[in-house]
Amino acid sequence: MIAPAVIDTLSQIVGRPHVRTANAERATYSMDGLTVHRRLPGVVVLPGTRDEVIGVIRLLAAHHIPFVPRGAGTGLSGGALANDDAVLLVLTRLNRVLSVDPVNRLAVVEPGVVNVKLSAAAAPHGLLYAPDPSSQTACTIGGNVAENAGGPHCLKYGATVNHVLALEVVLADGRVVQLGSPGGEPWGPDLAALFVGSEGNFGVATRITVRLLPIPRAVRTLLADFASLRTAGEAVSAVIASGIVPAALEMMDKSCINAVEDSVYAAGYPRDAAAVLLAELDGRADASVDEDAATVEQILRTHGARSVRVAADVKERERLWLGRKKAFGAMGRVSRDLVVQDAVVPRSTLPDVLEAISAIAARYELNVSNVFHAGDGNLHPNISFDSRIPGLRDRVDEASGEIMAVCIAAGGTITGEHGIGIDKMRYMPLLFDGDSLAAMRGVRRVFDPAERVNPGKVVPLHACREWAGVA
Amino acid sequence: MSLVERVRALLGQDAVLEDAKAPDGVPRVAPASPDAVALLLGTARSEGWRVRVEGSGTWMPSDAQADLALTMRRLDRVPSIQPQDLTATAEAGIGFDMLRQQLADHGVWLALDPPGLAGRTLGSVVATATAGPLRHGFGPVRDHLLGVTFVTGDGRLIQSGGRVMKNVAGYDLTRLQAGGFGAFGVIALVHLRLRALPRVDQTLLLEGSREDLSRVADDINAAGLSLAALELVSPSLARRPRWALAVRLAGSAPLVAAEEAGLRAATGGLLAPLRAEEAHAFWMRAAEAFATRPVTFRIGGLPDSSDELLDLIQHQVGDEWVSASPGVGTLRWAGEATVERLRHLRRALAALEVPLTLERAPWPLRRAVGHFGAYREGVGPLVAGLRHTFDPGNALAVAADSDDRAG
Repeated sequence: MIAPAVIDTLSQIVGRPHVRTANAERATYSMDGLTVHRRLPGVVVLPGTRDEVIGVIRLLAAHHIPFVPRGAGTGLSGGALANDDAVLLVLTRLNRVLSVDPVNRLAVVEPGVVNVKLSAAAAPHGLLYAPDPSSQTACTIGGNVAENAGGPHCLKYGATVNHVLALEVVLADGRVVQLGSPGGEPWGPDLAALFVGSEGNFGVATRITVRLLPIPRAVRTLLADFASLRTAGEAVSAVIASGIVPAALEMMDKSCINAVEDSVYAAGYPRDAAAVLLAELDGRADASVDEDAATVEQILRTHGARSVRVAADVKERERLWLGRKKAFGAMGRVSRDLVVQDAVVPRSTLPDVLEAISAIAARYELNVSNVFHAGDGNLHPNISFDSRIPGLRDRVDEASGEIMAVCIAAGGTITGEHGIGIDKMRYMPLLFDGDSLAAMRGVRRVFDPAERVNPGKVVPLHACREWAGVA
Repeated sequence: MSLVERVRALLGQDAVLEDAKAPDGVPRVAPASPDAVALLLGTARSEGWRVRVEGSGTWMPSDAQADLALTMRRLDRVPSIQPQDLTATAEAGIGFDMLRQQLADHGVWLALDPPGLAGRTLGSVVATATAGPLRHGFGPVRDHLLGVTFVTGDGRLIQSGGRVMKNVAGYDLTRLQAGGFGAFGVIALVHLRLRALPRVDQTLLLEGSREDLSRVADDINAAGLSLAALELVSPSLARRPRWALAVRLAGSAPLVAAEEAGLRAATGGLLAPLRAEEAHAFWMRAAEAFATRPVTFRIGGLPDSSDELLDLIQHQVGDEWVSASPGVGTLRWAGEATVERLRHLRRALAALEVPLTLERAPWPLRRAVGHFGAYREGVGPLVAGLRHTFDPGNALAVAADSDDRAG
């Protein structure tokens, strides 16, 4: 529990309405997008300015109180949950786009700016912010930085780290440091890039300078459907090997297709398909994008697509994308609980890995749906279940572990964009040896010696072999 | 037992290169595997040996004060090239030219064109984060890395990242190694993100005064074209009588045709295409010329400050050997410079919020001004902490700190 005197001081810093102490208020923040994990924070604080963030962090440092930074809470790894001995620092009120520089194509934002609002602010200048996680209508740039968020279009444009130029960071002890530079050249070692994806363990970003890109003038969106997952996976490999880099190459399996088609986000996906591929080509000129789209269409057809449909207009394109981006939401209707997985495999192994996942699902008698960034090899096998059924949660955990093991054995990794949080810590020793985990912990302690920021996340401590650099 | 005898007992007789002693007499040791590098550095830590790391010896002078020189020349294998996944894994000691050739044999391409001689090692390019003109279209060195395996100064073998396109498992130590100048360990193995060899690779050139070419570059930038490179090159570097503005287009035939049309529209058709062999020679000469001067640094400003930065460079250290990427805001300089001159320039740039990274120089200069100079407030302790984490015995002879340290 947080001492009343500390809560009083927090109220003085941010204002009483922005300190939440009641059980019902705190319960609102007890989960993120992965609802299987729940923690009730000690107190929830919502600062409204950078100076208030600094004031809060310095107060917590003085009292040695742990805290957890949080954006919109759309994360999918239990990364932004706080225990009752910790303060949850919610940054959604820091939601200003501070500047847009169209000449140098960059913007400076506060961490609570919602992803799509940044692109909206850039749009009048013919620019956009490229990382587009599926939760982009709700998730914040600060959260994107913490998780190194991706999205469908990072196949061509890269993930968050490729778009962050500079950061203002408040460290655990309240010191403020500037990392990176607006031109993107690191000022010393590349600490800005190291910070991105550190899941809140290195401090709180209060100002974020990001790169903007010209909005592509020509866009073509194709929907291909396949009679088997394997064929669809092989078609993905063929597109990648062709040398054409689509802006996005997304796959959904039958279970996911039907969940979407049963929802308000119905996009007209063929219900009888084993899988659909959504491929998008973009560029500056219609002629070149048309030629690349025609080549991709040909590849898809020669690799088993039953049909390939090209979106006729913007409206149809948006409908096709809405179905994809709201697929997680649509699956929420299928069952009471949903475990969203996130693994990445070498793209050429997709057909085998997808078959292996199907076999695991069958063996555990679980409903696994796949909706994922096929072009990156970034899988999202989602397990729908009802946790009230005795023993089912254990089965889901065991199946999840087997799926991760299959992905690692294929040369892959346990998360491509959702982060480790608390959900995936158990898999970290499958990927990294003790020395590598200890090195990560050592880095964390450089930024936060007492490990007070977002404690108990990312690196499983019991797996670290202690060594002089850490102790 | 002497140092050489100890190393031979550890790694075998042939690990010490008897016929290739460094000019300063320091024994040169060539481990043949990442494990051997780890064994050597672990022993160096316990014995208190100071170690300097070398690639092919064509970029950074091998002149840091040390007890032994660790050369990566035997770690020159490419264990994996996966053209269907557009990935490869290569040991750090492979020459960039050899790597490029092996990749091309598989139809794939690492879209980096670092300055220096063709045989520069991959490890050197990663450790110094020296991207060339292709940074305009394909990003800095870090964007081409999927993972690294490195050895800490006390001999621990650390894995970071992997060989898949996206990876957020744990902290991103890979990007810390890119441009770390060896301060955080010795890079042994690199997992690379590749592209398919471009079907068309076209370079167009315009010669003129720097001021005129800068205006043309502004027009090109404003057009929002997808260029592989947009580079403003000084006459000495280009080996031409006047400044050269070079544009490189790379990709599929339709893409290149479309961008070339856009370029014509933006410039009124001012740039003339080079024949393939002319283009190759132009880019190669410009890259290699940097290795002929004793000092190289890069600065990173904003695209709209390119001209102002060129003026400042011209005024302070001369602009005889300069290559600038006006679309990105970066600028590389080569020449001769004193400690005082570099410090003065760094101060002037710092006032403009522009970092200067010293890429190569003789050890006394590197030691005096450091690769990074004074850190900004609060950053120095972070870098020192990271140094201690990865090299607790301070065994690696690197110029991450300098006499100018601050913060």
